[in-house]
Amino acid sequence: MKRIGVLAFHGDVIEHLQATRAAAEKLKLKTKAVEVRTKNDLDNLNGLIIPGGESTTLFKLCQQAGMWEKIKQIDHIFGTCAGAIMLAKKILHKEAEQQVLELMNLTIDRNAYGRQTESFEKKIKTQLGPMEAVFIRAPKIISVGRGVKILAKNNSEIIACEQKIGRKIYLATCFHPELTTTKFHEYFLKEVFK
Amino acid sequence: MIAKGTFRLKSGLAQMLKGGVIMDVVNAEHARIAEAAGAVAVMALERVPADIRADGGVARMSDPAVIRKIQKAVTIPVMAKCRIGHFVEAQVLQALKVDYIDESEVLTPADEEFHVDKTKFSVPFVCGCRDLGEALRRISEGAAMIRTKGEAGSGNIVEAIRHIRAVNRGIAIIQGLLKQKKTAKLKAAAKEFLVPLKLVIQTAKLGRLPVVNFAAGGIATPADAALCLQLGVDGVFVGSGIFKSSDPARRAKAIVEAAAHYNDAQKIAQVSEGLGEAMPGQEIDKLATRLASRGI
Repeated sequence: MKRIGVLAFHGDVIEHLQATRAAAEKLKLKTKAVEVRTKNDLDNLNGLIIPGGESTTLFKLCQQAGMWEKIKQIDHIFGTCAGAIMLAKKILHKEAEQQVLELMNLTIDRNAYGRQTESFEKKIKTQLGPMEAVFIRAPKIISVGRGVKILAKNNSEIIACEQKIGRKIYLATCFHPELTTTKFHEYFLKEVFK
Repeated sequence: MIAKGTFRLKSGLAQMLKGGVIMDVVNAEHARIAEAAGAVAVMALERVPADIRADGGVARMSDPAVIRKIQKAVTIPVMAKCRIGHFVEAQVLQALKVDYIDESEVLTPADEEFHVDKTKFSVPFVCGCRDLGEALRRISEGAAMIRTKGEAGSGNIVEAIRHIRAVNRGIAIIQGLLKQKKTAKLKAAAKEFLVPLKLVIQTAKLGRLPVVNFAAGGIATPADAALCLQLGVDGVFVGSGIFKSSDPARRAKAIVEAAAHYNDAQKIAQVSEGLGEAMPGQEIDKLATRLASRGI
């Protein structure tokens, strides 16, 4: 039995819990998906998902809950949209006091496509198969450094990638697979169960 | 092939805001305070509802210059209000590229018969409701997010709670009808609500509104926000409650924390300590204008 936490302060938490449960059922992997709101909730997690939402808000609430350093200790983290921003080493267009976890060797630009009128959806190809991808006020991955493997591109832009460091794995997407597919959650679970 | 302005994108943005606090702001300085406190979005408007109430007269869409300044000041989504049925104000807000349009009863209605046809816009709309019928009518007009109306600018939570409970009760009733396969009664409900039967059945199956539903109108304290969330709404709008209090920055931060930890009474107690004066509240019976009865 593995425990997967979803950072639950705000954002599309339920969608990630549902996608995780559906993926676990599909793969027949014994998994418990739980909401995470406190430092204690981070105990005994095998993986953490950081959902879509506002990265500024997520950062503040993580700090206020004293979770920041403890999150960095988790071996498997999957972030979508705001979650991807949180995983990056460097962000552009950040809010004044905002910090990121600096776990993945990538530079990401917040709200790079523009406002909600520029949000879009598109059928894309990924290393995990084809899927519909929903980009909502999405960030752009500007560059990736050593150790980062690209999992999907939209034209020339990197929209999904992973970085493995020893037994750790970090997985980031600029779009919201949790709204359309369980493929990324299945991939994440397989890594957690390795 | 890229698609923009789809319903999935419109309702999707609201899904990303769930659990959060959206704050009314009237200028860039307020917007920065809201963002620093952890708001997930700001609502740009000319005057907060308490001032609209006090000043009287016709309340309209904000000055576009103010909206632009607010958009420049913060990185979080910026919403703005148009008058009910005023589709040209909505067109202007879309041209300004606001992230969400609130077709709001807080402003003076422009059309007493029709709401804006929201399907014609690529920018998503949020609309107010007092019960399930109002909520479903707005969704069938294309609203991608709902908020209970409450009584804006009153500093009194009672109407927001009434509306949350009315929506919940309405859903429980149609859920019961669906379970008992009472199709004729479901049809009668759809007819009463003036919405397609399909939407009523979809809502009954889901056991909740098919779009994100926030609470609004009268939220003044961290405990008010947590109360709404414990009653099942997805997040809260705070209007006058922040900038009409004695210490807006602290209160804003406290309400954000209370929303994030809405089931944790210890935490709510802790963030509620020494916040200073809340906004002055009013008895609903003593209000000269009931904003919630606009736009049904």
